[in-house]
Amino acid sequence: MASEHTEAATGEAGASDETDRTSGGSGSAEDEYNAFLTREGIERSADGPLSNMRVAVKDNISTEGIETTCGSAMLADYVPPYDATVVTRLKGAGATIVGKTNMDEFGMGGTTETSAFGPTENPRAPGRVAGGSSGGSAAAVAAGLADAALGSDTGGSIRNPAAFCGVVGLKPTYGLVSRYGLVAYANSLEQIGPIAPTVEEAGEVLDVIAGPDDRDATTCPPADHGSETDSGDDTADSENAGGEQPDGSYADAATGDVEGTTIGVLADLVDGADEAVVDAFERSIDALEDQGATIEAVSLESIDHALAAYYVIAMGEASSNLARFDGVRYGPSPAEDDGESERGGDWNEAYARVREAGFGEEVKRRVLLGTYALSAGYHDKYYAKAQDARTWVKRDFEAAFEDVDVLASPTMPVIPPKVGERIDDPLRLYLMDANTVPVNLANLPAVSVPAVETPGSRHDDDSEGHDNDGRENQNLPVGVQFIGRAFDEAGILRVASALD
Amino acid sequence: MTAHAVEAHESESERERDREFAAVIGLEVHVQLETSTKVFCGCSTDSATEPNTNVCPTCLGLPGALPTLNEAAVEAALKLGKAIDADVPDRTRFHRKNYYYPDLPKNFQITQYDAPICADGALEVSVEGDSREIAITRAHLEEDPGSLAHARGGRRTSIDAAEYTLVDYNRAGVPLMEIVTEPDFRRPTEVRGFLSKLESVLEYLGIFDADRDGSLRVDANISMVPESEESDEGSIPSDVLETANRTEVKNISSHKGAEKALAYEVTRQRNALQRGREIEQETRHWDESRGVTVSMRTKEAEADYRYFAEADLPPLEVGDWAEEVEIPELPEARRERFEREHGLGREAASKLTSTKAVADFYENLTTEFDSDLAATWVADELLGELNYRDLTTEDVEGRLDEFRRLISLVADGEITEKNATTVLREMLDEGDDPDSIIEANGMGKADDDEVSAAVEATIEANPEAVADYENGEEGAINFLVGQVMQATGGSADPGSVNVMLRERLNG
Repeated sequence: MASEHTEAATGEAGASDETDRTSGGSGSAEDEYNAFLTREGIERSADGPLSNMRVAVKDNISTEGIETTCGSAMLADYVPPYDATVVTRLKGAGATIVGKTNMDEFGMGGTTETSAFGPTENPRAPGRVAGGSSGGSAAAVAAGLADAALGSDTGGSIRNPAAFCGVVGLKPTYGLVSRYGLVAYANSLEQIGPIAPTVEEAGEVLDVIAGPDDRDATTCPPADHGSETDSGDDTADSENAGGEQPDGSYADAATGDVEGTTIGVLADLVDGADEAVVDAFERSIDALEDQGATIEAVSLESIDHALAAYYVIAMGEASSNLARFDGVRYGPSPAEDDGESERGGDWNEAYARVREAGFGEEVKRRVLLGTYALSAGYHDKYYAKAQDARTWVKRDFEAAFEDVDVLASPTMPVIPPKVGERIDDPLRLYLMDANTVPVNLANLPAVSVPAVETPGSRHDDDSEGHDNDGRENQNLPVGVQFIGRAFDEAGILRVASALD
Repeated sequence: MTAHAVEAHESESERERDREFAAVIGLEVHVQLETSTKVFCGCSTDSATEPNTNVCPTCLGLPGALPTLNEAAVEAALKLGKAIDADVPDRTRFHRKNYYYPDLPKNFQITQYDAPICADGALEVSVEGDSREIAITRAHLEEDPGSLAHARGGRRTSIDAAEYTLVDYNRAGVPLMEIVTEPDFRRPTEVRGFLSKLESVLEYLGIFDADRDGSLRVDANISMVPESEESDEGSIPSDVLETANRTEVKNISSHKGAEKALAYEVTRQRNALQRGREIEQETRHWDESRGVTVSMRTKEAEADYRYFAEADLPPLEVGDWAEEVEIPELPEARRERFEREHGLGREAASKLTSTKAVADFYENLTTEFDSDLAATWVADELLGELNYRDLTTEDVEGRLDEFRRLISLVADGEITEKNATTVLREMLDEGDDPDSIIEANGMGKADDDEVSAAVEATIEANPEAVADYENGEEGAINFLVGQVMQATGGSADPGSVNVMLRERLNG
């Protein structure tokens, strides 16, 4: 069912069409949205299932010999001497890597506005943000500058820009995809995943990058996947487990068949969303019901605590992960700004100067708050409590999956903000993540797919240019999020494919 | 490593003062585990290479690189756990210890915190004839940081005089065990005995190389408490310990150094207390070359390491693994076996099992030679001469065959024991092999004709002594034996010369 999309997105002509459709006919090769930080091709190392696919890679994923900046001035000149495992796998599968994409600095943001190299604009919503933190990856796909992209998702950073840019984005189960080479923001929460125009293409990329890696001890051998899914009865588990696919293909899971599938709608996450979002979401759920799915309302008691827990844990881990950027090997040299006075100085003072100059505001905020949350005297009050909440969220999801096959919510509670609209209000930015972060806390897989009749959706093929009912938000992208049991990527791809 | 013969350093007057204050000492010992690759990556642990050559993205802490656990390091830790009779949890895990230091590639160290791989162990130490058990609170696995070289004008210098500092990441990621003891030590000699014993056990387990630079690093905590607080069993009430100001002494790198540093510190603190001064709670640095401890700048507050679980390494199930792990015979057991099997006294057996190399050498000799003879030559002669020269068996590892040859010459009666001792000294001092030393000095055992001739000549040349003997003066025979020995250059056997002289004179 996604075949026409596949053809459209992989051929050169198709890519131009895509660009024309979203940007009114400007040049296909121009990066007018600031989606890329580096546009440098990395040739494939072999022919394979992704031959002829042009893949963009988020700039926090290490590429040998090519700058990997994480959107930070601190790493403006950093060139890794090694490839991330996912990059090795893409090259080995025949993909051509077309460049490194813009992102919120170290993944800290939801709009790609915290990038030290300027924001990425939304190809499907001019003047609005592309979302984040993988905003460059989603914009590159939406603009047809790449056939697919890799993003990373710590608290929604794949699903958020996928929703805002009207493309498909999948955050895999923690442990399905190797993080070796992914510059860590919050390493207990994040995964690398695909962004693509269609569910099937996202599945094709996932087929290549998924699987255990000796270099990442948190990746699980396929045999362990079943034991991770410890909710629900055995039959349901084996029916939906990722490893159950006949040839192990996630792409093949995109059958569009939702007959007999029970979808639980996370009522709390719908209630808090903007009206335009709720409308598009409900139309999508109706469409699924029409196709034979059973819809149930589900409420998770713990979900109100997820956002706070997420930020405490993510910031705590970030404060440690980013500690290595001290000027000794990365970042502006401490001696550069005040030369001789360095001599005989204190290491800590030199570090402080480098970090003051090399990190942006949002990174500093999170590092400071994270340091505070882990400090003696506060650790129990914040970090330990957040871990308790995380356990609670996991249990709540497990319980919910005893009754339903997948859970659904709007991916983002809002439509894409205008560039500059929210950047000065961190709290409002954090609240935008309310629907995506519970998934990371619970290590579960989730996919965002364009809602029916929104830009990027199959049912919206000719909606562009028909924005004539006077409602400003009418034709802005809206994403629907499907959350699955651990390692049931196939299950959520199947349901998501019923919408695209 | 030498036998852990521990000398009593304390004079009477020091003992006198001991009655007023007792030292309470606890240790944190870092030992490098001998594995071929680092603890969280596949890089070699070989220390004899150019700086920054045994490195990869992981041990350099490059962005995006991840640790994976080296099972050999876990196995080594479990062996130690078994050797010190520690509890191993079913599940162990790793934490991050966060602090900024230029030798730390990630500015955090992967270590263990709430679930160390070993807890509640003990090591029995014998000091001045008394056996004492030192409780080991915990022993955990962690990564070594890199090493720093402070320099000025291209030359190495101290941190204070340095113009710049170079970092070598070859050491970064070498597996370390941090072994923490209870404050069970009362005397610096016990600390030395403990460290010596610990090294011995680690070597027996095959997980430690004492010769490797920096393979043993010790931090010692010391407090002085009124001696009256000490119970008859030598324990100190915990509330007394808590109120006593504690000094931490860092930069100790050998068991000898530990004894010296702590003896210095005990004296310094006792003197201060006797002058009515308070002991400052501080960290001090042991300056090995000057033999003193110096206060380190301590303006920073108590470090807050912000420990939290290392999510990149999943918790590790080690319960069953610990059950299965096998360890070789340890020094204690081998000593008992030597006493039993070879009829050795405790002292000789202790010396012969002090290191694995010595015990292996001895045991090998017993397959060929009389075990008493072998024991005398290894425990007394060889170890004694090595100790005198401040050498260990490892320093002469490549020459064990030469010592074996020397012992075989003694066993076969080719050389007298007296001459063999001379040969041994020359071997150690000049580096020659025994046969060429014997050859050069004509120390081979004289043949019978040669001895008979010397006996005749001696009788001829000493008529007075002969007359004395014939008049019943027994002492005269000893004089004559000495003369024969002199004439043969010591190569005759004094016992048989005695017999020959008597036969000749009585006959």
